[in-house]
Amino acid sequence: MQKNTSKSSVANVFSGIFRNQLFIPIAALLLLALFNFIMDPSFFAISFGHNNAGNPVLSGRLITILDNGSELAILAIGMTLVTAASGGQDISVGAAIAIAGSVILRVLCGGQVSPEHLQAPIIVGFLAACIVAMLFGAFNGVLVAYFKIQPMVATLILYTAGRSIASWINNSQLPIVNEPKFGYFGGLIPGIPIPTPFLIAVLCMIVIALVLKFTNLGLYTQAVGINESSSKLNGLNPKFIKLLSFIILGLCVAVAALIKVSRVSTINYSVVAKDIEMDAILAVALGGNALSGGKFSMPASIIGAYVIQFLTTTLYKFNVRADALPAYKAAVIILLVVLSAPVVRDKLSSLGKKLKSGTRVKEVG
Amino acid sequence: MGNKKSSSGGISIGARIKGMSDTNLLLVITIIVFFVMYIGAMIFQGGSFLKPQAFLNILNQQAALIIVSCGLSLVMITGGIDISVGGVVALVSMSCAVYLDYLGGNIVVSILIALAIGLAFGLVQGYLVAYLEIQPFIVTLAGMFFARGMTTIVHTNPFNVANEKFVKLKDTRITIPFLGSKNVKGIYIPAYIEIGVIVALIIVILFFCLLRWTKLGRGFYAVGGNQYSALMLGINVKRTKFISHLLSGILAGIGGFVYFMHIGSGSPSHATGMEMDAIASSIIGGTMLTGGVGNIIGTFFGVLSLSTIQNIVALAGLDEPWWIGITRAAMLCLFLVVQSIIIANKNKD
Repeated sequence: MQKNTSKSSVANVFSGIFRNQLFIPIAALLLLALFNFIMDPSFFAISFGHNNAGNPVLSGRLITILDNGSELAILAIGMTLVTAASGGQDISVGAAIAIAGSVILRVLCGGQVSPEHLQAPIIVGFLAACIVAMLFGAFNGVLVAYFKIQPMVATLILYTAGRSIASWINNSQLPIVNEPKFGYFGGLIPGIPIPTPFLIAVLCMIVIALVLKFTNLGLYTQAVGINESSSKLNGLNPKFIKLLSFIILGLCVAVAALIKVSRVSTINYSVVAKDIEMDAILAVALGGNALSGGKFSMPASIIGAYVIQFLTTTLYKFNVRADALPAYKAAVIILLVVLSAPVVRDKLSSLGKKLKSGTRVKEVG
Repeated sequence: MGNKKSSSGGISIGARIKGMSDTNLLLVITIIVFFVMYIGAMIFQGGSFLKPQAFLNILNQQAALIIVSCGLSLVMITGGIDISVGGVVALVSMSCAVYLDYLGGNIVVSILIALAIGLAFGLVQGYLVAYLEIQPFIVTLAGMFFARGMTTIVHTNPFNVANEKFVKLKDTRITIPFLGSKNVKGIYIPAYIEIGVIVALIIVILFFCLLRWTKLGRGFYAVGGNQYSALMLGINVKRTKFISHLLSGILAGIGGFVYFMHIGSGSPSHATGMEMDAIASSIIGGTMLTGGVGNIIGTFFGVLSLSTIQNIVALAGLDEPWWIGITRAAMLCLFLVVQSIIIANKNKD
């Protein structure tokens, strides 16, 4: 078939692109961008202005996407590790965000509903949230790693109880933080026109990139995910690696919770981060990572997260009601997943081959 | 199943437990826990728990969940998952409500609508999972999103159905002789169940028989246990998976109508979290998400257990809203840990 060397090298490059894990999310992103460009080029307009407080601000739909997608991108980091190590997903992240957010408010407001001044420094509240979220992550991790319960089922426990626990922490009250500095994390820091959530997300990405580069975390996680018993024979401790992945996810949850709570300076236990676990899992799946564990690509997951946010923003732009959003989202997801399914890909490639040798087939048939 | 000398007292309990299949062992645990819990509630809390109607009310309230959980157990036994059921239930009740109230339709057609919606979800999801080999979690997640979104597209606001014939059907009570009780004034109040309970019981029996005695039913266990060996045995794995999702979809449709009959209104927020309740019930009933293990009777008792603990908590005066969530989660946690310990111990020997 490959008589011509130049032709075959071109074909190799193409198949290489198609096989690359980043292909699906980037293709989806480009497709969405193209669609928006055709429908309305002003989608990509970014303007520079000043907000009510006189601080410089970048605005535009792309900025909105980067801003609102931050929590999802941060969660996708932890979710990718959990998926790779345990071959399952954590469906309790939304509930865990409610808990962590509740802890932050409890510490900052000290049990009062709307105190004039903060009762504790913001960093203390955040650290408390980190510890609590990591503990709950460890709870999930212990169930998964040591009791060998399937991750989805094990995290179902926290999913059921999480929002109840969150409202219990604050005695069912909805504390309000009056300190303007607390709003920086979910809004803008005066003088910096880029939304802070995006900066936090970038910071998280840099940290995880450094960790993956300079430690064996990525390698070990993949080894455990691909074959647990052989990784054990190689001297790894698969249980600990799984536990660790859940604890890291807990840390991601705490960071996401800080942003979520900071955006509104208060919390609504039943609504905060609702369905975000589904979006986070989708981000991992869209990134082309096998949901059954094993090899993973962190950039692909993060791009997957922004694809989902891009899709959401696009739908909002076309005046889709917030509550009808899931229906359209589902249609797009199914389309993407069907197109990337191995079975469909095989069929398409065999169809392509048939078209190539179409004349011969015709003669035979 | 493994006991040959079932009547002899010589076999120790431990040996008996070892001889049992995972399915039966987990079933027995579930049933024992349910009865201990219920009898405990009768002894320590007394009051309304002593009346048979308390038990019948649990059935009345949970008929839809029982039906939906049966379908979910089936999928879980086959090794899959279906989280679209709650959305389908909401979509069915909203569609039927709009049809009956705004379009003045009749009840037979509305039942057909319910079945058609369930069938459509089952067909599409089954095809995508079985023949295109996409992960069931993703497919049914999209199904859930789609159903929830469609519900609000059909109609945005919650409303009650005032269709006369439907209200008559909704208020139909089947009285059960001898189980009634006298109220404070000494007037006899007969015990009753709703039509949905009959439907639910028929479905439980039907699917119990299907799983136990038919070739198709055994096929579900085989595929869930190990799909490669099932393939070697000559079972059509893809078709079995397809059928499991198809049946789950249809049962979600039926469950949706039963739910609608119980609640008598359409709302986008109906059946929120029902998929998780159904999964939790199946797990408490001894179905394992890894597939190959499970029992419909167990699922039935799983639903009853979840509902009973809720009633116990409410009666004990712990009426702060968070208690229900926390106790249910604690119960789920307990069951999961016990299950995992038992299975681990069994595999050791």
